[in-house]
Amino acid sequence: MTRATRSVWTAAAGALAALALLAFASLALALTFPALTGRVVDEAGVVPAHTRIDVEAKSQALEERSGIQLVVATVKSLEGSDVETYANQLFRSWKLGEAKANNGVLLLVAPNERKLRIEVGYGLEGVLTDALSKIIIANAIAPRFAAGDFGGGISRGVEDIVTVLTTDAAEWAKRPKVRAEDELTWLDRASPFLIFALFLFVFGSMVSNARRRTGGRWIRQGGRTVFIPPMGGGWGGGGGSWGGGSWGGGSWGGGGSWGGGGGSSGGGGASGSW
Amino acid sequence: MSLSLPRLRAAFLAVSLALLVTGCGYNTIPTLEERAKAQWSEVQNQYQRRADLIPNLVATVQGYAKQEKDVLTAVVEARAKATSVRVDASQLTDPEKLRQFQEAQNQLSGALGRLLAVSENYPDLKSNQNFLALQSQLEGTENRITVARRDYIEAVREYNTNLRTFPGVLWASTIQRGSKPMAEFTATEGSSVPPPVKF
Repeated sequence: MTRATRSVWTAAAGALAALALLAFASLALALTFPALTGRVVDEAGVVPAHTRIDVEAKSQALEERSGIQLVVATVKSLEGSDVETYANQLFRSWKLGEAKANNGVLLLVAPNERKLRIEVGYGLEGVLTDALSKIIIANAIAPRFAAGDFGGGISRGVEDIVTVLTTDAAEWAKRPKVRAEDELTWLDRASPFLIFALFLFVFGSMVSNARRRTGGRWIRQGGRTVFIPPMGGGWGGGGGSWGGGSWGGGSWGGGGSWGGGGGSSGGGGASGSW
Repeated sequence: MSLSLPRLRAAFLAVSLALLVTGCGYNTIPTLEERAKAQWSEVQNQYQRRADLIPNLVATVQGYAKQEKDVLTAVVEARAKATSVRVDASQLTDPEKLRQFQEAQNQLSGALGRLLAVSENYPDLKSNQNFLALQSQLEGTENRITVARRDYIEAVREYNTNLRTFPGVLWASTIQRGSKPMAEFTATEGSSVPPPVKF
């Protein structure tokens, strides 16, 4: 092997090693999260069935009353990350809470690392403060976890979190007003119909104009009458898509699967271990 | 009809030009720059929040551990220094400024770490409710600082990458020449962890 080829080989090996290192580094940085399948995501399998039902009911009641999304998650591993970082990234990946209010709470439990954290969304930092989160962890959760009672600790912790979130008088006095503003006025309700009427009007006048001047033609296509204006192909397709019912579902129906509302967190809350 | 054909054509041209320019990433640089600046103000906010907690903490510790005068004055001095170094959003392109800011904050972190370590020696203080609340608030703030720093670093990375890659580099070297890369934090995130104490 000549020196030149050898140096080429060394360079190639070096580049490959650097690439592998880079891939490893990015792999180490990117955490993988369980899917948000419900209000209780029990990846580690430590939540008893009755606790799950209890917590889900409490969380749902809380969300119906105040819009706050409270989720309990247990994970098998923090993947080498500290509990604060993992909880924050998980919170952001699930987007708990309403997008504008950022009112989500995540109770994260990592039984294998013996770590837990209450991660609080931006919007609730003033109510569920770091100090209160710490007290809940230290008094309600950690002692029960230390005794091996995961169900009891989680149940009691959720109960306390809900109590804190629902008994702040000042917050509650404000809430009805805030929510009243969110209500739709008659104009909000009517505007889609108005826009549709406007569209019909414009489209209709275009059609009648076109017919009068150059004589487009109406044809029957697959059981539906379609107007082909004289300009060309682009319009025919447009006519077709309006037959369907984009009105029926979507934002009006509501409901469907449950998920995060777009909220974010900046690291509020507290951590603990047992 | 009031709209003549040339005027219509001019309007069409203006609209399509605007679309073309936005499509080419003309807006990306200012957008990312503003986001990075917003993240920076969040970083500064959280450091300020920490500074605001300190007088209360010092007062509480003083009630139980008057003899730890050196540690207490060190914290007060470090706080005064840290709050005096502020980095305006327009100075973010200056790595030296950022380094000074970070140094001042690191000194405060160190002094705080020593104060908390010393507090371990006073059982009465450790069980004081006010002290416990302050301690958890301080912990929470340190965590918020970490998050804010991470967000800032991410925003700056995105902005700087955009300045150096196509199509951003075209704008950065011509019309938006005023947009300079921003400085990142140089040290590791370890600054939020109190340094080990030596006696």
